[in-house]
Amino acid sequence: MTDSSATPSTAASAGSPRFALSSHLTGWLMAAPLALVLTVFLVAPIVMIVVVSFWGATEFSIYPAFQFDNYEFLFGSDVTYRVFFNTLKYAAITWVFALLIGFTVAYFLAFHVRTQTWQIALFLLCTIPFWTSNIIRMISWIPFLGRNGLANSTLISWGVIDEPLEWLLFSDFSVILAFVHLYTLFMVVPIFNTMMRIDKSLIEAAADAGATGWQTLTHVIIPLTKPGIMIGTIFVVTLVMGDFITVRFMSGSQSANVGRMIQNDIGLLQYPSAAATAVILLVTVLMVIGLMLRFVDIRKEL
Amino acid sequence: MTRELDVEFVSLTKRYGETLAVDAINYHFHAGTYACLLGPSGCGKSSTLRMVAGHESVSSGSILLGGRDISHLPPARRGTAMMFQNYALFPHLSVTENVGFSLKMRGVEAAKRAKRAGEMLELVDMSAYGDRLPAQLSGGQQQRVALARALITEPQVLLLDEPLSALDPFLRIRMRAELKRLQRELGITFIHVTHGQDEALALADEIVVMNDAKIEQAGKTRAVFDAPATAFVARFLGSHNVIALPDGPVAIRSDALQLGATKDARLEGRITNIEYQGTHVALTAAIAGDQEVTALMSDRDFFGAPKELGEAVGLDWEGQDAHALRA
Repeated sequence: MTDSSATPSTAASAGSPRFALSSHLTGWLMAAPLALVLTVFLVAPIVMIVVVSFWGATEFSIYPAFQFDNYEFLFGSDVTYRVFFNTLKYAAITWVFALLIGFTVAYFLAFHVRTQTWQIALFLLCTIPFWTSNIIRMISWIPFLGRNGLANSTLISWGVIDEPLEWLLFSDFSVILAFVHLYTLFMVVPIFNTMMRIDKSLIEAAADAGATGWQTLTHVIIPLTKPGIMIGTIFVVTLVMGDFITVRFMSGSQSANVGRMIQNDIGLLQYPSAAATAVILLVTVLMVIGLMLRFVDIRKEL
Repeated sequence: MTRELDVEFVSLTKRYGETLAVDAINYHFHAGTYACLLGPSGCGKSSTLRMVAGHESVSSGSILLGGRDISHLPPARRGTAMMFQNYALFPHLSVTENVGFSLKMRGVEAAKRAKRAGEMLELVDMSAYGDRLPAQLSGGQQQRVALARALITEPQVLLLDEPLSALDPFLRIRMRAELKRLQRELGITFIHVTHGQDEALALADEIVVMNDAKIEQAGKTRAVFDAPATAFVARFLGSHNVIALPDGPVAIRSDALQLGATKDARLEGRITNIEYQGTHVALTAAIAGDQEVTALMSDRDFFGAPKELGEAVGLDWEGQDAHALRA
C-alpha cells in the first residue's frame, strides 16, 4: 500500500518538482469553484447576519456596534418563548401528519404498485401540485375553507352543522393543513427512494419466517426505511420552521412563528433584531437536526 | 417417515397473463431425496420453486406435501423453507437475529431464541460470527447464515433457489459438498433449482430437466444422464453428442465414441479441433451433414496414438451406447 503510493510521487518529485507542485495545486483548483460559491452565497451571508445581530438600532437608523442588546431583549421577552414554542408546535404536528401520509403513499407506490410505469406515473401525479407556486396552492384553500366557503356550505347543506365552522380558516388548523399539503411530498420522495432499494426478497423471507404483514412492516420495512424517514423529517422540519408566508396567509395574521417575527422586524427596519432572531432560529434548527442525527445514521443514503 | 412427506406436483400450472410459465407439470419427489430442477433461464424452474414456497400463486393444479394440499397455504404454514438466491438476509439484523427471526415472529422469548439460533449456527459452522451484520460476511458465510435461518423452522422440505450461483467457482464446489452433507444429516427433502448441469449431477439423487414450461425428462440422476430422452436433455446435460442418423437422432456420450480407422467405421469424419483438458483430450470432428461431434479420449490413449488436425478418422460406438431420441 505505502510502497505503491509512494513510488509515483517520489518519481515525480525527483524528475520534476514543478510537476509535483502543480498536481498539488490542481486539487485546490478543482475544489475552488464550489468553495467560492459556498463562501459567497452561504458563508458570507451567515457571517453577515451574525455580525449584524450585534449591531444597535434606533427607530430610524442602525449602527455598527458589538452589544448584546438584541439578544438580551429576545431572551428577556416571553413573546419570544411563545413564538418559538408555536414554531416547534407547528413543526411537530406537521411532521406527524406528513410522516403518516408520506409513509403510506411511499409504501403504496413502492410495494403495491407492481409495474414501474405505474410507479412513475403515480409519482408524477404526486408532484403535479408543485407545478404551481406555493402561494397559489395555499391561497386556493381560502375559498374552500372560508366562512361561506365550499366546505362550510357543503356541510350545512348536508345538515351536519347548522352554523359555519369558524376554525376552518385563519386558525392553527388551516395553517397545519396548508403545511401538510405543501410539504408532505418532501417526505414521500426520500421514503419512496429508500423503499425502492429494499430487496423484495426480504419481504418474502419475512413471510417465509412466518411474519404477518404488520410484523414485516415493523421488523423489516420500517427499520430499513429509517434513513429515508430521517431525510424527509429534516426537510419538513426545516421548511416548516423557516416558513413565514404560510403562517401569515393561513392564520390571517392571527398566529405567529419565528419567521413572522423576523418579517415584522424587517418591516420595521429593525435589522439587528431580525438578525439576532435569525441566528437563534438557525441554532435551534441545527440543534433539532443534530438531535435527530444522533438516532439515525443517514450517511449511507447520501 | 418416508412415505408421508413426499412432495407431489399435480398438473401444476403458472400463468402470467397470456404466457405460460409452468405448463401442467406432474412429478413425485420421494421424501428425503436431493432433487434438482434443472433447465435454462426462463424454463419455469424458478416459478415452480416459488410456487412450492408460496411466494407465487398457483394458477391451477396443486402441490401436495405428505398428501396434504399446500397450494394455497401461507409460506410459513407449508412445512417448507426457502433459501433465496441472494440469501435475502436482513441487513439491519445481526447474524444471530437473522437466524432467530422466525422464532421472534412466533413470540419465542429472547434467551430461548438466542440458544436455538446458536445451535443452528453451530450446524453450519458459523458460531463465531453471531454478532456480525450480514454486510460484514463473505458470500459463502452469508450463505451459511441463510441456510441456518431456513433450517431453524425445522422444514420438511428445503427449497434452494440457485444457491451457489453467486459464489466463485472454488467456493461453489466447497458449498456443494456442504449442502450434500447437510441434506444427508438432516434427512429432509431438498429441492434445488439450478441451471448448472455439473451442479445438478454432483448433488442430485433425482433430476428434473425442464424446458419451455414443461418437464423434458425426470428421474434418477444417473438414469437421466445415461439415457437422455430428447436432444434438448442430451445437449443440456452436456458430454453428449446428438447425431442425426438415417433412422432418427441418437445421443451418444462423448466418452463412448471411439476413434479409429475409417474402414468399417459407422461414420467418417475429419478432425477440426483438438483440445487438451489435462486428464482427457477432446477431439472435435466434422461429419457428414455439417454436424460436429466431440469424442473424449483419455490422455494416455490419445498420446499413445496422436491424431492430427484435418486427419480423416472413423467414428464407432457400441450399439447400447446410442440412445434413440424423441423428436
